[in-house]
Amino acid sequence: MTVAQETAAAPITGARIGVITFPGTLDDRDAARAVRLAGAEAVSLWHGDESLHDVDAVVLPGGFSYGDYLRAGAISRFAPAMSAVVDAAKGGMPVLGICNGFQVLTEAHLLPGSMVKNDHLHFVCREQAMVVENAHTAWTNEFRRGQRITVPLKNQDGQFVADERTLDELEGEGRVVFRYDGWNPNGSRRDIAGITNERGNVVGLMPHPEHAVEPGFGPASQEGPRAGTDGLTFFTSVLSSLVHA
Amino acid sequence: MGRVVVEVMPKPEILDPQGKAVVGALPRLGFTQFSGVRQGKRFELEVDGEVTPEILAAAREAATTLLSNPVIEDVVSVTDASAEVAEPVNA
Repeated sequence: MTVAQETAAAPITGARIGVITFPGTLDDRDAARAVRLAGAEAVSLWHGDESLHDVDAVVLPGGFSYGDYLRAGAISRFAPAMSAVVDAAKGGMPVLGICNGFQVLTEAHLLPGSMVKNDHLHFVCREQAMVVENAHTAWTNEFRRGQRITVPLKNQDGQFVADERTLDELEGEGRVVFRYDGWNPNGSRRDIAGITNERGNVVGLMPHPEHAVEPGFGPASQEGPRAGTDGLTFFTSVLSSLVHA
Repeated sequence: MGRVVVEVMPKPEILDPQGKAVVGALPRLGFTQFSGVRQGKRFELEVDGEVTPEILAAAREAATTLLSNPVIEDVVSVTDASAEVAEPVNA
């Protein structure tokens, strides 16, 4: 067990974190596993269900919901569960959108901007370094500002775009949460990998923290090949924020 | 049967990676006349009756709420295309 797991598991075993499955979602099981490794109960939620079943936080996992038809995330945004997520997010509930989940959050207008095809047009799958720029959100409070972390990244439509005014606002308000480090893998404006809302409870990012939560199954790290568990801190962070809420 | 055609294009300031790939491929086939390509979407919305002003208004609303994302796309036309007979040019 890592230090993070021990400290997280102890105080709030009662936290319930929902993971929504849409048709075409791929990473819901990994996200649920990440939630459990962090010490919380993972609650499976179905996109067609209007209730969030009293969960304390919600993860919108990655994948290709509705086959990315129309636009990535565009059809999922209108799922019954998303109305509940929008209401809960406006009330302050922590919501994390990963990859396709980030695309759903932008389509639902919980986060600004949008994603278009990668500038090089190729699907990209790699271990991606990024820098934590905001360590005060519900999902990043156990990171340090300036910390360099590595988690897997895999996408086709991962190029974050927004108009200059919106980008300036995000920068000015400290709402850029993660910036790609070393190489910008998709042409995202200003190397932005993840952002948050004004309140800091809703976070969306293209890379996949849920794939870097367990030694032996994560990206390479200083501890060795596949030893990286930087992603687990997202899930322990949200447990801390629930305790201190 | 009536039909409304909605056309959606990427915003001019947004780099259109697909259009860029197409414009790169054209000269390789000898089409050197074209200096730029932008790729958009065409939706054909079918209705059982005639296309009334109300139907057109509903199509405009659908175009801006679901069929396009205003952050990256513009709805460039919403038209009654009931009389239009689509003849494929590659037939």
